[in-house]
Amino acid sequence: MRVITCIKQVPDTTQVKIDPVTNTLVRDGIPFIINPYDVHAIEESLRLKDRFGLHTTALSMGPPNAEAALKRALALGMDDAVLLSDRAFGGADTLSTSNVLATAIKKLSQDRPLGLVICGKQTIDGDTAQVGPGIAVRLGLSQLTLVDRIESLDFLANRIRVRRKLEGRYEIVEARLPAMITVVREINQPRYPTVPMRMQAGKSPITVWDNETLKLDTNTIGLKGSPTWVSKIFSPERDKGEMLGDGLSDPVGSTRLLMERLLAHDLLTA
Amino acid sequence: MIPNPIIFAPLLGAALLLFAWSCYRRLSLVACGAQDDRLSNPVGRVRAALQFAFGQKKVLSRPFGVNHAVIFWAFLALAVANGDFLLHGAFPGISLSLLPPAMYGALAFVFDLASLFALLAVGSAVVRRIVSPPFAGARTGEAFVILGMIALLMLVFFGMHGAEIALGTETASGYMPVSRYLAVMLSAFTPADLHTIIVISWWIHAVVLLAFMNYLPYSKHMHILTAIPNCFFRNLNQSNTQPREEFIEGKRFGVGSVDEFTWKDLLDSVSCTECGRCQTVCPAALTGKSLNPRQVVHDIKTNLFRNAKQLKNGKGPLLPLIGDAAEGTSSEETLWSCTTCGACMEACPVLIEQMPKIVKMRRHLVEMEASFPVELINLFENIEGRSNPWGIAPSERSKWCSTLEVKPFEAGKTEYLFYVGCAGAFDSRQKQVTVALAAILDAAGVSWGILGRDEMCCGDSLRRLGNEFAFDRLARENVQMLKERGVTKILTHCPHCFSTLKNDYLQYGLELEVIHHTELINQLMKDGKLKLNREVTELGTVLYHDSCYLGRHNDVYQAPREVIATVTGQPAAEFTRNLNSSFCCGAGGGRMWLEEQSGTRINRERAREALGAQPDTICVSCPYCMTMFGDALKDEGATEVKVKDIAEVVAEGLR
Repeated sequence: MRVITCIKQVPDTTQVKIDPVTNTLVRDGIPFIINPYDVHAIEESLRLKDRFGLHTTALSMGPPNAEAALKRALALGMDDAVLLSDRAFGGADTLSTSNVLATAIKKLSQDRPLGLVICGKQTIDGDTAQVGPGIAVRLGLSQLTLVDRIESLDFLANRIRVRRKLEGRYEIVEARLPAMITVVREINQPRYPTVPMRMQAGKSPITVWDNETLKLDTNTIGLKGSPTWVSKIFSPERDKGEMLGDGLSDPVGSTRLLMERLLAHDLLTA
Repeated sequence: MIPNPIIFAPLLGAALLLFAWSCYRRLSLVACGAQDDRLSNPVGRVRAALQFAFGQKKVLSRPFGVNHAVIFWAFLALAVANGDFLLHGAFPGISLSLLPPAMYGALAFVFDLASLFALLAVGSAVVRRIVSPPFAGARTGEAFVILGMIALLMLVFFGMHGAEIALGTETASGYMPVSRYLAVMLSAFTPADLHTIIVISWWIHAVVLLAFMNYLPYSKHMHILTAIPNCFFRNLNQSNTQPREEFIEGKRFGVGSVDEFTWKDLLDSVSCTECGRCQTVCPAALTGKSLNPRQVVHDIKTNLFRNAKQLKNGKGPLLPLIGDAAEGTSSEETLWSCTTCGACMEACPVLIEQMPKIVKMRRHLVEMEASFPVELINLFENIEGRSNPWGIAPSERSKWCSTLEVKPFEAGKTEYLFYVGCAGAFDSRQKQVTVALAAILDAAGVSWGILGRDEMCCGDSLRRLGNEFAFDRLARENVQMLKERGVTKILTHCPHCFSTLKNDYLQYGLELEVIHHTELINQLMKDGKLKLNREVTELGTVLYHDSCYLGRHNDVYQAPREVIATVTGQPAAEFTRNLNSSFCCGAGGGRMWLEEQSGTRINRERAREALGAQPDTICVSCPYCMTMFGDALKDEGATEVKVKDIAEVVAEGLR
């Protein structure tokens, strides 16, 4: 049984600035990281591997340098990693991305039955939360988003029961397998790779599939297959902050000022 | 007077063989350890052995140490006497008494007095152990057995020689005042009785001596044999600079089983006589943590001996080195409790390296098991991903100087690279220190510049926490950058950056002048380059706290004191535990990033000690100490006491 974890290599957005002139992201010298939610997805699949002996595969679509993210996934303990990389895949929105990923998952399921697809709840660069659901719909998988706990997993009965973390409440949902789940940070505490695993991962080759392998209609992938385009990126205007009193020499006084201000704006009740 | 060489000679032979075999058994286990070059600089090594072993330098640094020194020196003298005793017993033709009378007399005089001093010292050791033992649990049966054996040896020595003198068969009687005094008391006995006393004393002496010798390899008193070589094989480099690891595939990293320690680590473990000095200065042990450096070393020895059979057969050890099993293993919690302050090593009379062993075991936990307190995941990933402990964007690194005019470092044009450090760049309190130091440098006309957003973390916490893999990468990058930028002089205001750049990076071939701001400020004031506008009096009594990484690990003690004296017009107030006995703030060794869950808090212990000196200001020279004192004083409700970095104290004088 295979569990496939979809990950994305994203720029470390805390370090990304928007160029005020061109309104584009300044990515020069910005390191890439695994989308933080996807790290939790990897961890969850590794825990399933530890418990059920599942075969874990990390899957990513991206430029050749996204290999680094997959190597990290291998270092953490994933069994294998597949990179979907082709110029034809470039410029994709969530519709065409989920198309490519779903096709690859279908291909991966040929030699080993698919049990579960795990994705992070969303990426920190796109923030759409659409790719996971897109994959589920295309492959007819049960769609379980915002999971913060897998309550039970029964491969004989083909059932999965999860807890979804919604605003202000939890929801326990049961569904049939195979399923696609997206996970939130609270689901687990990711592990840290051991040095031997890191060194081994550094040497392991990553399987790369281009469109010659996937054979997708070029009108359904990349820029051509993407109905969405970004017309502008900008930082929202923010009101200037204000220094209240002199906290260093008079901490009590400035705290009082702050309290008064919060009370005045109805942000605190006395 | 030789009772019976026919009986004694085979007995001696057997005892010597047994002793040799026991030593071989023990030391061949030590030889199971990994390689470590401890032969370089033989002159320095001989000096170390003379100073610390024969000179008893550290032993004598504590009041009761003189007692041990007396026993040690008496033993050296009596080793000759006892050698003569044993040889003469087996081969009656050999004896020191055959030497010219004056020479033999001189020796007899030394032996007689040495025996008396040893007896007195042993007596006071027994009293001390009963009345006020060096540490709880020091009143062991083993200790009393050994002391009893030594005392008995001395008593029968006098019995033997006293009776010989009374009988008139001792040729050197004129040179043996103590024995002669006893002879007067024995003079009432008949010659036959005296003869019996001699024979009985002789046999007791012989049997106890041989028993003592054969007991040594199996007891903590093995140090009698190993302490001198242990001092000779000491670490001649900076004590807190752990060895580099080579990252080759298939290798194991850190120390997870006892045979992965170096032979010197194992020699350390058998050289420990459990005097307990390390545990009486260890901040973790003193605040109720499970870490006790003496116990860690003892557990390594126990583990080695318990796994003897497996190791001899070339198999892996059965008893785990790290775990929760009782004796012979150290728990993970124990290993994470160390602040790497080095107080244990400073205290150890035989130069055992306790702290590096803990770091080696941490390496195993991090690198092989990825098992560590959960708080560290973020720390590791923040440093690896963004090169600072907080995970703040590197672009924010030069924000501290956004309102100042600070130049980037340029090779050839700038003299000092001011390595601001992560705390200096990101910690809001420490940023004030950075600004103060910048003002001082400008006032003194120093040519300095920064790397700005290109500066990286030095990796101190990674290394002390055992994440050598990540440290190694960072160190390589840093060294390459510093070389490429043409840096020759680095200024830091963090003792951790200071020590890492200065000592640890030496292993990466980076040799440049690294100076801590306390030293540079002192130098600038002495050279007349930094002139203050006024004497700083409003800070009241200024109490100086020695940072472990500045003081103990790098021997910078006087510069900060001279600066404080010059700036405030009066010498700094002192902690009871100061200079090389300073007590850690609790943040070293990566403890800055860990919760302190068991026992009492180290920083509060130190803050209470500070409050005892009734300071108005506590002066620190380290960002970690700054944070720890700030927090502790709040916890103690003593917020009227200010915590200031030495740079801030000096900057006051520029106003």
